[in-house]
Amino acid sequence: MIRSSFPRKRESRFSRRAWILVFARMTKRVAVIAALLFAVPTFADSDMPPAYWADRQLPNSQQEAQAQGLMQEIRCLVCQGESIADSDAELAGDMRDLVRRRIAAGEKPASIRGWLIQRYGNWISFRPPTQPVGWPLWLAPFVLLLAGGFLAASRLRRRRSQ
Amino acid sequence: MSGWLRFAPIFLLVLIVAAMLWRLANPPDTTVHSQMIGKPIPQFALAAAVPGISGFSSAQLADGKPKLIHFFASWCVPCTGEAPVLDHLKKQGITIEGIAIRDRPEELAQFLARNGNPFDRIGSDPESKTQLAFGSSGVPETFVVDGHGRIRLQHIGAIEANEIPAITAVVEQAR
Repeated sequence: MIRSSFPRKRESRFSRRAWILVFARMTKRVAVIAALLFAVPTFADSDMPPAYWADRQLPNSQQEAQAQGLMQEIRCLVCQGESIADSDAELAGDMRDLVRRRIAAGEKPASIRGWLIQRYGNWISFRPPTQPVGWPLWLAPFVLLLAGGFLAASRLRRRRSQ
Repeated sequence: MSGWLRFAPIFLLVLIVAAMLWRLANPPDTTVHSQMIGKPIPQFALAAAVPGISGFSSAQLADGKPKLIHFFASWCVPCTGEAPVLDHLKKQGITIEGIAIRDRPEELAQFLARNGNPFDRIGSDPESKTQLAFGSSGVPETFVVDGHGRIRLQHIGAIEANEIPAITAVVEQAR
């Protein structure tokens, strides 16, 4: 009950009872806020330990580097703004396990990325392929640069003519 | 500067704020849709998840009859609520194969004892490998697979009672 904390009835400013009431309500408020601060969010996760290669580096450093490179470019299916390298979600751990296992078995990162794209679409990769739909994005810097140059040129010309 | 150009920044700001408000009012769809619909099921072979109920492999699914592949787990709360719906589907003569994600045999046995067992077979997927191969991203999810082992439908989340006809219709089509 955080709502309506102060007594509606006007009481004397120095009424002891009113102060005690206010104090009691404040402590209640603080307690609720503290409880919220220390509350643990409930994740829909199992209580199984993470997959073997989820948080373990491959013994071959070259393979581990390959795996890291790919894991940083694969989107986590649960925390969708994060890569599977950064996410704490269980499924992200399982995906890291999958990536490391396949790299250890000699598969190329591009092939693993392809396998994931086949299942989840281009969305799963943070490095989308260049497609016609993305062309405006690539062209935008040049267009903006041209527009800026044009603007600056016209301003300078005007200033010189003044 | 000409008259209307002077208001361009304000106009731009209004446009940006309007876009933000629109996005707030219409949050983007965060469900992940599998791209495997219409494609053959991936290869897998799953061990039994609980003693007494056999596991299964992808090869065993292409036996001419449509089925439901149900990804679930004993630790998944919505899966508990879905039990009556799965039971209803089973009573309609639909085969349901379960895939238990990251589960322990004893916990799964308790789950089945509590909620009933609508599954013909239950395979164990302790590292979500088969789930990833299906293009699935959580529990519960249900796939309709036809008799040739081709994926027809993905249902994300628990099946609600009013969604049963849509599922059975796809199963009928897949026959």
